[in-house]
Amino acid sequence: MSDDIALSPADREAGVVRCDACPVLCRIRPGRPGACDRYANEDGRLVRVDPLVLLARPETAKVAFVEGSEAWQGELGRGDGAFVTGIGATTTYPDYKPAPFIVATERDGVDTVTVVTEGIFSYCGVKVKIDTDRYLGPEQAAVRAGGEQVGHVTTAEYGSQMLSLGGVRHLTGGSKKEGNVTCETLLALCNREAVELTVEGGATVTIQAAAAPIVNGQREERMRVGCGSAAIGMFAPQWHGHVDEVIVVDDHITGVLSEHQGGRFLDMRPSGIRVRGRKSTPGRYFQVAEPGMGWGGTDLADPLAIVERIDPKTAWPGLRLLFVSTTGEHSAWFELDAALRPVPADMPAAVRATVERIAENCEPALCTVLFMAGAGGSLRAGVTENPVRLTRSVASTLTRVTLGGAPAYVWPGGGITVMVDVARMPDRAFGYVPTPALVAPIEFTLPRADYAALGGYASRAVRLEDILRSERVRLEGGR
Amino acid sequence: MNGPRAALLPGGRLHLQHGPIDLVIGARGPASEVEAAYAQATARFETVLGALVEELPLLRQPLGTTRPLPRGTVARRMVEAVWPHRAVFITPMAAVAGAVADEILAALVRGRTLAKGYVNNGGDIALHLAAGEHFRAGIVPDESVPVPAGFATIDAASPVRGIATSGWRGRSLSRGIADSATVLAANAAMADAAATMVANAVDADHPAVQRLPARDVRDDSDLGDIPVTVAVGSLPPEAIARALGAGAGEARRLRAAGLIEGAALSLAGVWRLEGGDASLLREAG
Repeated sequence: MSDDIALSPADREAGVVRCDACPVLCRIRPGRPGACDRYANEDGRLVRVDPLVLLARPETAKVAFVEGSEAWQGELGRGDGAFVTGIGATTTYPDYKPAPFIVATERDGVDTVTVVTEGIFSYCGVKVKIDTDRYLGPEQAAVRAGGEQVGHVTTAEYGSQMLSLGGVRHLTGGSKKEGNVTCETLLALCNREAVELTVEGGATVTIQAAAAPIVNGQREERMRVGCGSAAIGMFAPQWHGHVDEVIVVDDHITGVLSEHQGGRFLDMRPSGIRVRGRKSTPGRYFQVAEPGMGWGGTDLADPLAIVERIDPKTAWPGLRLLFVSTTGEHSAWFELDAALRPVPADMPAAVRATVERIAENCEPALCTVLFMAGAGGSLRAGVTENPVRLTRSVASTLTRVTLGGAPAYVWPGGGITVMVDVARMPDRAFGYVPTPALVAPIEFTLPRADYAALGGYASRAVRLEDILRSERVRLEGGR
Repeated sequence: MNGPRAALLPGGRLHLQHGPIDLVIGARGPASEVEAAYAQATARFETVLGALVEELPLLRQPLGTTRPLPRGTVARRMVEAVWPHRAVFITPMAAVAGAVADEILAALVRGRTLAKGYVNNGGDIALHLAAGEHFRAGIVPDESVPVPAGFATIDAASPVRGIATSGWRGRSLSRGIADSATVLAANAAMADAAATMVANAVDADHPAVQRLPARDVRDDSDLGDIPVTVAVGSLPPEAIARALGAGAGEARRLRAAGLIEGAALSLAGVWRLEGGDASLLREAG
């Protein structure tokens, strides 16, 4: 056989290559494809026509990259500055054959093996964190895309509304249309495209990974500095002496300075201004209004609507009153007249500065999309002959799991259930199959000896240098 | 070296790929039957390319007076299909795509209850049709205009179970100038071999037709120094008619010999049909 494969000296001189990608062993002249049109001879080098994605390790200086140029190959050819991702690896399905790429590369003096594949995830979805206090809808409300339910509103977090989208019940448990729309929605979100969603009984929101949310057509610029009570605690000393009362309007916890621990500490005189809602602890009020698009995530357009009454025995004419929202986006200044009625007035510069400081301390509002999925039995079978050992190896953190090179959080407990920030993955990392299910790159990295011990296909491992030689690669800097 | 790969495509189709072989497979029937059929086809596919490569030197030999006796079942299908054409230069490779399609189709349907099944190997299609079913195939003569210009509808009652298309733009080299020569036959291997013959026959000597020795066009071609078509410029109507006439004549000869059921030829937007049953092939309009 070796006699058949060997190229003549004249062939070698002419840049002819022998493709060993498959048993046909095509002899390919420069500039031509092999019989399959998948591999080609590019300037005397065998390249794969679909690009594989290679991530520059973050600690490696970013290499200016022109596909096919020599500059990068020398850099990455050392084999320790790059990480082969599963993108473009293609997948075997069902995965009873070894994963397409099992790359052996030396790292930190340990001969490591990275099993690179694209997994088909029927059990997958995204958790979306939307940095806004604006009311998106009640918890458990249906979230729809194109009229189909693709998920629901889940437990709100500090300064953020949360959505849980996708999952097996929407992908395969409902109508065919529901499955397809869910798959499209997940695919778009995971590939960092913008998606418009409507919440039943709530808002229409446009979300995109690592971009500001757009709620009912309005772009959310800032994430609140804290809840109303926290804002009081943070800024009380700066208000001291400039105001007689501050009400930080917040749908969750509205803060009232003079009653709050922060005000008491400054020996502030009670103002006699009572806000609506349910008192939690001193100076902290729940449910001051209905949730909505107005001040601090409430439905309020006029902050005075929050005031239940002004106690004439405690309040005094000339009392200076600041209303501000948790983002500093809304603010108003009032002084009480002789009849103890609040009258709008020009906000003093010192107070204006505190409002601006609240805004300054807000972080930019973002949408964060975490892809969450379980690596099922057949995917694991592509990695090792004894799938449960891979699960155990991952659980004991001996095996590192990445998706498109981005580190994944592996849930404790059974199975390999992972979460990864799609913003850290390379562009166009996700695909789909019509099952419907998402296709995502996934890599398992572990020392070679451990890989062999858990029943891995170590004999199928190829060196990173060989991948670089035979595959057309796309290089991206690590995010 | 990469092994055979399997993937599901949109529409529940199965994609099997190994080296130069790309199969798109469809089956209709109860879900459990389709799943079992796909598993059978995938299992059979494992060794197809390896077995072919082992016998490649034999399969690239032009046929002579002695019938070759390869070991592999796909190789035997190839020899079976090209043997009737041995009077002209032909190698068993002329039927390789169709033979692979037939072999995988046989594995797909074995013991299964399917209404319909097909294995499409780059345009060479093997069919399974239960009684009452029919299959509709679009013909795309020019890959740069990926819209079917003609259609073939195969009814279960007809003896056709193979469709193959050859043309000078396709992956296989052609000595003729047909944009497409689509042949319907009893199986895909027979259709494949016959399509090569018919496409070669669609020919006219005209300065607008450029040819090169096959070995200069594709490395490892089994056609060696035989000139193959590499460009077809603008042809006068009489040259088009003459070329299509020659192709239709060859198709008629093959049909009379019982090797094919029908053929549809296209050149420069002109179509010529050859087939007893006009319902088999229709022009798109």
